[in-house]
Amino acid sequence: MDRIPILKMGPFLLVTIQVDMHDQLALQLQDDLTGRIVAVKARGVLIDISSLEIVDSFIGRMISNIAGMARILDAETVVVGMQPAVAITLVELGLSLEGVRTALNVDKGMALLQKSLEDPEVEQ
Amino acid sequence: MAAGQVLQHIIARTQNELLAEWLATQTADGATRTDLMKASELREQSREFLALLQEAARSGSLENPTGGAWAPVYEFLAGISRSRAIQGFSPAETATFVFSLKQPLFTRLRREITDAQALADELWATSVLLDKLGLYTTEMFQKTREEVIARQQQELLELSTPVVNLWKDILALPLIGTLDSARTQVVMESLLQKIVETGAAIAIIDITGVPTVDTLVAQHLLKTVAAARLMGADCIISGIRPQIAQTIVHLGVDLGSVSTKATLADAFLVALKRTQSSLPKGLSG
Repeated sequence: MDRIPILKMGPFLLVTIQVDMHDQLALQLQDDLTGRIVAVKARGVLIDISSLEIVDSFIGRMISNIAGMARILDAETVVVGMQPAVAITLVELGLSLEGVRTALNVDKGMALLQKSLEDPEVEQ
Repeated sequence: MAAGQVLQHIIARTQNELLAEWLATQTADGATRTDLMKASELREQSREFLALLQEAARSGSLENPTGGAWAPVYEFLAGISRSRAIQGFSPAETATFVFSLKQPLFTRLRREITDAQALADELWATSVLLDKLGLYTTEMFQKTREEVIARQQQELLELSTPVVNLWKDILALPLIGTLDSARTQVVMESLLQKIVETGAAIAIIDITGVPTVDTLVAQHLLKTVAAARLMGADCIISGIRPQIAQTIVHLGVDLGSVSTKATLADAFLVALKRTQSSLPKGLSG
């Protein structure tokens, strides 16, 4: 079965979604990611969805859920690289992912995580 | 003699006189615009119309001028209506092209037919025919104008949504004119596309030029802001006029989650500060 690889970069985890997400894959990712966060004591999670071109309400909610779970496990989540079409779709679906931090690309997302690590009191 | 036959005979026999007289009537009725169309061109059009009318009257019925024999006449009229609409004629001037034919034709019908009853019938039939043709020119004229308007609307839509790159990482979107659903969709798409292309961190939406904001427009603005945020860019709305601020609050629209500034200059200043501070050390300068 397909799995989405989770890479460790210093204190952060990097997840790059490069295939079309289906529901089973999303659930698997949720399991794997929460497990890895605890296992490596990750302080931040960066989810790159720049290759994701199709989303539905379920995937939208999964992204939001994953961010919520990571926060409980004391890891900041940043979603980066969302395509315009995906952003419009999520907004039209009424999922504006409140509470999830976003950045334009991996670079900026990493900078954001680094900053929140240096200065944990700062909340955006 | 059938109604169409008389008409056809008159046109055939007195073609040149009829043409001259008709042209004179057109000038008298104010249907000619020498500033827009040359006299020779008008003469050519009139001659062609007479020839087509003669042909149609010969083979088609005058009472019901819709059949295949009349198709060339309608086609010709559609052509000149279209060209006149674009040249800048008024609808009345275009329709008078056909209506002014009545007088010279009727004069000749009176000369041709002596029986009062037959003359009345013939006049009526001709009058109805020319009315129909005249109305048709107006209809085509209108249609052409509407096409022009539709095209201009489309062009306006494309023109009116420029996304300006103000500074490194800062985009500005000056909105001008009334926002409707179709336009907001274009605005949203072009803004998001530009964010991807330039990698901008902040987009300023300036609504100084938007005359009214209703719930729908406000909702569209909020959607645009939310979509930009999902992509990782912040939005600032600037240029909200006093009346619009009142409307927004009265409508109960919650703009609390969006940062707003009075003018584009203020928004730009905030954007500059934010991009500077959000730059990681080592990358600035």
